[in-house]
Amino acid sequence: MIDYEYLLQLSPYSLNHEEKQKLYEIALSDLGTHHYMNCEIYRNLCDRLGQNPPLPVRLFKQYSLCSVTKENIVKTMTSSGTSGQAVSKIYLDKETSLRQTKVLSKIVSDFTGKTRLPMLVIDSKAVLKNRNMFSARGAGILGFSMLGRDITYALDEKMQLDWKVLDSFCKKYAEQEILMFGFTFMIWKYFYQPLKKKGYRLPLKGVLIHGGGWKKLSDIAVDADTFRKGLKEVTALKKVLNYYGMVEQTGSIFMECEYGHLHASLFSDIEFLPYSDFSCVKTNKKGLIKLVSLLPTSYPGHILLTEDKGELLGEDNCPCGRLGKYFKIYGRIKGAEIRGCSDTYEQH
Amino acid sequence: MDALKVRRSGGVVIPMSNIKYLLGRPNYTVHPLTPYNEKACAFCDKLSQELLANPNSRAFPDIITFAFWCRKSNILQLKKQFNDNEKRIGRGLTFHIAPSNIPVNFAFSFLFSLLAGNGNIVRIPSKSFPQIKIICEAIQQIFTDDTFAEIRDNTTFVEYPSSDNKITAEFSAISDVRIIWGGDATINMIRKLPTKPRCVDVCFADRYSAAIINGQAVLAADKTILRHQAEKFYNDTYLMDQNACSSPQIIFWYNVTQEIKERFWEAVEQQAQKQYFLQPASAMDKYTQLCQDIIEKNEVIGLHQKNNFLSVVSLARLPQDTTILRGKCGYFYEFELETLSEIASYINEKYQTITYFGIDPEEVRELVLQNHLTGIDRIVPFGSAMDIGVIWDGYDIIQSLSRIIALR
Repeated sequence: MIDYEYLLQLSPYSLNHEEKQKLYEIALSDLGTHHYMNCEIYRNLCDRLGQNPPLPVRLFKQYSLCSVTKENIVKTMTSSGTSGQAVSKIYLDKETSLRQTKVLSKIVSDFTGKTRLPMLVIDSKAVLKNRNMFSARGAGILGFSMLGRDITYALDEKMQLDWKVLDSFCKKYAEQEILMFGFTFMIWKYFYQPLKKKGYRLPLKGVLIHGGGWKKLSDIAVDADTFRKGLKEVTALKKVLNYYGMVEQTGSIFMECEYGHLHASLFSDIEFLPYSDFSCVKTNKKGLIKLVSLLPTSYPGHILLTEDKGELLGEDNCPCGRLGKYFKIYGRIKGAEIRGCSDTYEQH
Repeated sequence: MDALKVRRSGGVVIPMSNIKYLLGRPNYTVHPLTPYNEKACAFCDKLSQELLANPNSRAFPDIITFAFWCRKSNILQLKKQFNDNEKRIGRGLTFHIAPSNIPVNFAFSFLFSLLAGNGNIVRIPSKSFPQIKIICEAIQQIFTDDTFAEIRDNTTFVEYPSSDNKITAEFSAISDVRIIWGGDATINMIRKLPTKPRCVDVCFADRYSAAIINGQAVLAADKTILRHQAEKFYNDTYLMDQNACSSPQIIFWYNVTQEIKERFWEAVEQQAQKQYFLQPASAMDKYTQLCQDIIEKNEVIGLHQKNNFLSVVSLARLPQDTTILRGKCGYFYEFELETLSEIASYINEKYQTITYFGIDPEEVRELVLQNHLTGIDRIVPFGSAMDIGVIWDGYDIIQSLSRIIALR
């Protein structure tokens, strides 16, 4: 099996194309065999579709895809669907879960530094209430919380800014570097908009990391640039960084660098498939996004077919110095089933 | 005062703010004419000419098909075939609820009823297909000519949200015929709305269709013939994203080998690659359905899937109700028959069209009769699945939409 301990010692953006290809050839064959042996549904698919077929993300909503015995499952993660919408169920054993946390921390600290910063979460603590069923939102918050200290939640149970909490956090950490985290749409609606309305500018410096999809924001014509500028207007943040990731591949996220490019670390890979052929070996520069992650061993989610389209911008030559592929996302394909993390939050 | 109002005979004024009039006026006079009356036939021909002369029509094969169908020679042919020993006259006013998934059927529905001698209220599909605009503009143009005043005054095309049952109820209450295209749920819902006691409902419900292929015919076909047949199969299926009731979903093979099947599917795939615009979401949906079929159906014994243009799932056994096997945008199921007559056990009342290649259609009709089947209304060669006509879904539409005046 893959030597994760060794991989965790490497710098996450230190492998070039050839090195990564060599690693993935062996690692994916191992992972494929492991899931083939341990997940019957996956085995049926391989028998018909060939080795390591990409699994459409929708399958995780319809079937229990699991490569370990029930007793070994410590957490079941779900995508946060609204009522009536099917949710993905991701089964985690101790190893996979721990690996996700370690890799997330490894990737993010490449952008925020090794020291744990005071952290402001732009969400409500209520999201974390049910510990057995982790929603993507809850999992994201918990995962990122490992990277900070004095974790503070900016919103109350009604998803409104908790002015008292915010005020004391600002007093405590004004002029210090802090880490801010949240889901793109929620930050805009429940943090940026109320602050903007009141004309406030919080004296918070540091980095904001946000993810969860742009669908709801592009509906109201807010793009990445507007978002970044807006957030810098209401805070003193230096960096506003987006990330791309799926609940089906928690941990091995794709972080945006200072140049606005999303990056694959050595723990993940990305391909852009032509719509006419998903089994195609020769991939395009633009197309449907196929995601590869080395992390999942408790469920067969190492190769996913998403419903997003994107474009490869380059490999090993981003001006930020990080090796590996870098790319941009164009959003969901038209007419595809609506899914998402923060995208499905609805007011009651 | 934006609210449009509908005047009903008797002088009742019903406010209908949700309604949009694409053609005609909101007041109706019931004024039945004889089937295939000269005005109606002339109107059909004029419409055909207008559409064929419009360069915008060329991009839409369905408009061209429609325009050819309603040209003079075809209508006169139909008129000749029509059995009018009994003197017939239209029933009065027809209310059409057109299908939302096929752009031009509202126009066929309208002409069928017009030819039968009726006035018409046509509810246009709410999806905005460009074909609708082209056809409505052509009719509008014809209506500027007072020669067609009699038809113009009895024709209304409306658009309103399908959820607005109130409007459907009002139209239902004044109609002598309702032509309802739609799924089972839609039909049941509309049928609950009160009508005149003698109102006739002609329902085009959700149906299921299949193809039968004799493997020996594929084997015997040279490259040109095979390509030709594949093209016809393509037109029966891909042209409407396999979303029409008469498009085959399952292919019944007989006298066949694996090689023969491959030969046929390869020809279809080439055709699709050449002509079909595969939407990313359809590719995704097909691939997902393929995964679901592999997971759920242990009777899957093979696949033909070289790329996303064509997916074929071979089944070793068929479910009790075969009509649950449905695909879209080039997703087919296939099954091998031992003998042709075996097919009888898989047919139920949902079956509408059988498209065939290398089979004697008489033999299939005999099967329907001998086995007392409740399904199969049409048995047509490859390439004819979409050819809608005055005989459709087991109805003689002109007869259903007119009444006999008996004399002794």
